[in-house]
Amino acid sequence: METVIDALGLTDSFQLLSLSPPGWGMNLLRGLANSVKIAVGAYLLGLVIGLFGAYGKLNGGPITRDLLAIYTTVVRAVPELVLILILYFVGTDLINKASSALGYGRVEISGVAAGIGVLGVVQGAYATEILRGAIKAIPVGQIEAARAFGMPAMMMMRRVTIPAMLSFAIPGLANLWLIATKDTALLAVVGFSELTLETRQAASSTRAYMTFFLAAGGLYLIMTLISTFAFSRIEKWARRGERPMSGDAK
Amino acid sequence: MVSDGAAVPKAIMVNDLHKSFGTLEVLKGVSLVAEKGDVVAIIGGSGSGKSTMLRCINFLETPSSGEISITGEVIEMKPDGSPHNQKQIEKMRSRVAMVFQSFNLWSHRTILENMIEVPVHVLKVPKAEAIAKARELLARVGLADKEDSYPAFLSGGQQQRAAIARALAVDPEVMLFDEPTSALDPELVGEVLGVIRDLAAEGRTMILVTHEMKFAREVANKIVYLYEGRIEEHGTPAEIFGAPKSERLKQFLQSVT
Repeated sequence: METVIDALGLTDSFQLLSLSPPGWGMNLLRGLANSVKIAVGAYLLGLVIGLFGAYGKLNGGPITRDLLAIYTTVVRAVPELVLILILYFVGTDLINKASSALGYGRVEISGVAAGIGVLGVVQGAYATEILRGAIKAIPVGQIEAARAFGMPAMMMMRRVTIPAMLSFAIPGLANLWLIATKDTALLAVVGFSELTLETRQAASSTRAYMTFFLAAGGLYLIMTLISTFAFSRIEKWARRGERPMSGDAK
Repeated sequence: MVSDGAAVPKAIMVNDLHKSFGTLEVLKGVSLVAEKGDVVAIIGGSGSGKSTMLRCINFLETPSSGEISITGEVIEMKPDGSPHNQKQIEKMRSRVAMVFQSFNLWSHRTILENMIEVPVHVLKVPKAEAIAKARELLARVGLADKEDSYPAFLSGGQQQRAAIARALAVDPEVMLFDEPTSALDPELVGEVLGVIRDLAAEGRTMILVTHEMKFAREVANKIVYLYEGRIEEHGTPAEIFGAPKSERLKQFLQSVT
């Protein structure tokens, strides 16, 4: 193994990526862990916002529907980078103002919490639309049957609507997850040490740009491959009640 | 069948029921009484309001005005007809089981899971008990070997029999059938009608919207003929099919037989 690396002239690169100093590998992995933390948090927050958003758009009154329409339109219209800057600076500023008005003084907002909050709001707008479409795709009869048997609204959402819409929502939600993992890189602009920022710091300290950005690219790719595998399992499970179409493999 | 006696509440009483969709008045004051054990068949042409009438009984459609009582309990209505008391309606619905034209089994649950869903989660029956009862009912409708199948893998007739079993699993006081055979291939109609016939024979109270005139005549003891949102004629099968009085009913019977 070592001779192969040696022969390819990659010894230096591997030393740079080593997990123990002076290698920067640990920094990259720490960045990756932060990215995953934010992606997971933002995705879950986005799903919760999306679920209520979809219900509001489908069943809410005119004011709820208008407010939600403004939310999804604005968030999906403005570039995410701009939104992140706005939400991050305005958001932390508002929280600080509120806190000092209440006499608590400035609060330190953790980068992870801010990242989750900001990306969660962005994700929520897309999730709202994905889930709204998925709920509308459920055959009305299945909802009607639940009503006809006296299911209360919350139970119906939990036992019928959500499981029945999953098979329609999963492909869109899988996309959204992959976008979440990559949107974490945008948080580099507000100085949050996720994978991209860690990579840039390592690269500029060592001048080994190629090595580090290729390594980061590899890490993002691995994350995507694992996610794709996981989502295909989830989709298979969500579609357990469907008959395979004749053209489908196996 | 229950003899006359004021002490026994009517299984279903519908009084002067109106239902409008926007400006379109679909039901223009219909009434219906079903004693315990009655099998009432509602017949009529398409657009006569028969499905709407059935769906108003369990408030799947909100009646515009009128009065509905199930086993003596009056279901509250606001003047505008919207349900007054969602809790009361949910409780009523769990006693009045419905079988739909398009089966409406929950596609993400197996047949057995479909059967125990309402008993376990709405009626809070212990799961083991619900499963035992579900298996008994599945055996009765001839689907004992299908409990682990998902609905999409069953034929229409099998799905409808499973849907009837699902309705029976809640131990309903009244069963509502909304054109239970209309979505089935002709060769599958017989197996579903057979199950419904058995239920009628064991004294289940049922309201049945159907296009199967022969079947209505055979299993029902009361027939209601709807025409444009009004009850044009009602009576025993012998009266309705043997000696129809109204001209419209005569024409209708000619057109469907």
